[in-house]
Amino acid sequence: MNFKLKVWRQKGPNVAGQFVDYEARDIPADASFLEMLDIVNEGLIKRNEDQIAFDSDCREGICGMCSLVINGIAHGPGKAKTSCQLYMRRFKDGDTIWVEPFRAITFPVVRDLCTNRSALDRMIEAGGYITARTGSAPEANSIPIGKVVADLAMEAAACIGCGACVAACPNSSAMLFVSAKVSHLGLLPQGQPERTSRVVSMVRKMDELGFGNCTNHYECEAVCPSEISASFISRLNRDYARAATRQAAVLV
Amino acid sequence: MPAVTVSPVPARRFSPNPLVAFYQSSIGKKWVVALTGIVLIVYVLGHLAGNLQIYLGQDRINNYAEFLHNLGPLLWLIRLFLLACFVIHIVATIQLTIQNRQAKPQKYAVPGYQASTPASRTMIVSGLIVLCFVIYHLLQFTLELTHPGYRHLHDSLGRHDVYHMMIIAFRHLFISLFYVLGLFLLCTHLSHGFASVTQTLGINNRKIARVISAGGVTLAWLVFLGYVSIPLTILLGLVR
Ligand code: FES
Repeated sequence: MNFKLKVWRQKGPNVAGQFVDYEARDIPADASFLEMLDIVNEGLIKRNEDQIAFDSDCREGICGMCSLVINGIAHGPGKAKTSCQLYMRRFKDGDTIWVEPFRAITFPVVRDLCTNRSALDRMIEAGGYITARTGSAPEANSIPIGKVVADLAMEAAACIGCGACVAACPNSSAMLFVSAKVSHLGLLPQGQPERTSRVVSMVRKMDELGFGNCTNHYECEAVCPSEISASFISRLNRDYARAATRQAAVLV
Repeated sequence: MPAVTVSPVPARRFSPNPLVAFYQSSIGKKWVVALTGIVLIVYVLGHLAGNLQIYLGQDRINNYAEFLHNLGPLLWLIRLFLLACFVIHIVATIQLTIQNRQAKPQKYAVPGYQASTPASRTMIVSGLIVLCFVIYHLLQFTLELTHPGYRHLHDSLGRHDVYHMMIIAFRHLFISLFYVLGLFLLCTHLSHGFASVTQTLGINNRKIARVISAGGVTLAWLVFLGYVSIPLTILLGLVR
């Protein structure tokens, strides 16, 4: 298959970037989007040109490293998959495809299509953990957890932290990400000691870093590779108000 | 290679006072927007119920207007409360919108929206135009500054003749058109607003999400039909 690509090229974080046209020729229909870019890059290397920089690691949809916006959609068309799990057979021969980095003030471009998403780690540092006893592993069945709660927590825990929710959000809000982390830990008994401080610290960190505010567009939910439901944001809103009330009751 | 740092954004600070800090946070502001939004929604519904009394005849609606006016200080208390909610709703949403624009300095070359609606993406625009509409609406019907003639309308019982005020006003095609446009934007705003309130207050969940959002859209357009039916029936000469 052949495609016309319009790829965002940017030499570094503080320089202007622009779209550059490339031809992708003789691409197997079963190539993934990243493999298609590999083939284009091989051509560039042969012609002694600068390769297109893009992120990837596992290439099997579990690590959350790949991060492309394809035709304006984070991770490209289709549901519940990462950029590395998008295959060229989804496109029509001769299609023009726009490829951009995840865009948000909090995700500065490192080069071309690579962005620095460490702001997500900053939010985890602010509260995305539990206090656990060190030493030998505890008996697995010592804390009973109901099936419904366990399933819900597991669903939230499926977040791979790619940041597509931020990229897709017209406000670059990270609330789906934060809500997944807050719900995953806040639903389980092990996460209760820090439940109040966690949600307040994580939301504050999110605000301080400069992420936008959710206005309930639900673009995040639509592109999430792990299909995290936006109902976790509703839970986050509830949890945050509860935590703020508790803190106010103690402090005021 | 120098470490890539997160781009500087205007620093957001949090007050030690938990109440102030709550408002300063993203979710806190959203709560404030949702709570004031509920007050305004209730007002829009109540106002509609009042207006629809035009179909019950001159006596009923003039009587209702008289009743409101006789509330005296209570009426002013309600008005002040509504005004406060209105101002807070607008200030908070403008602050949120500014932060949101700063968070996404560059948009995508081709928009690839998957789930959002034109209504959800234009809340600030529809909201601000509705603000202009409300100001004109108050000048016209409440303060009667644009149309001082309305003040001299009285019925046979000496009450302010709201019934004929509405008929005289909406017989003007342009006043009716402007009214319909204002209501259209208000109801576009509400079609996203109704469901948003439940999400922001944490009432929404996946079992009811679809029903809530469909219900919100339906309710918004029922409100539109209710309000707009009045200038329409007046223009068609059905109410005279
Ligand atoms: S490269 Fe790991 S998820 Fe795509």
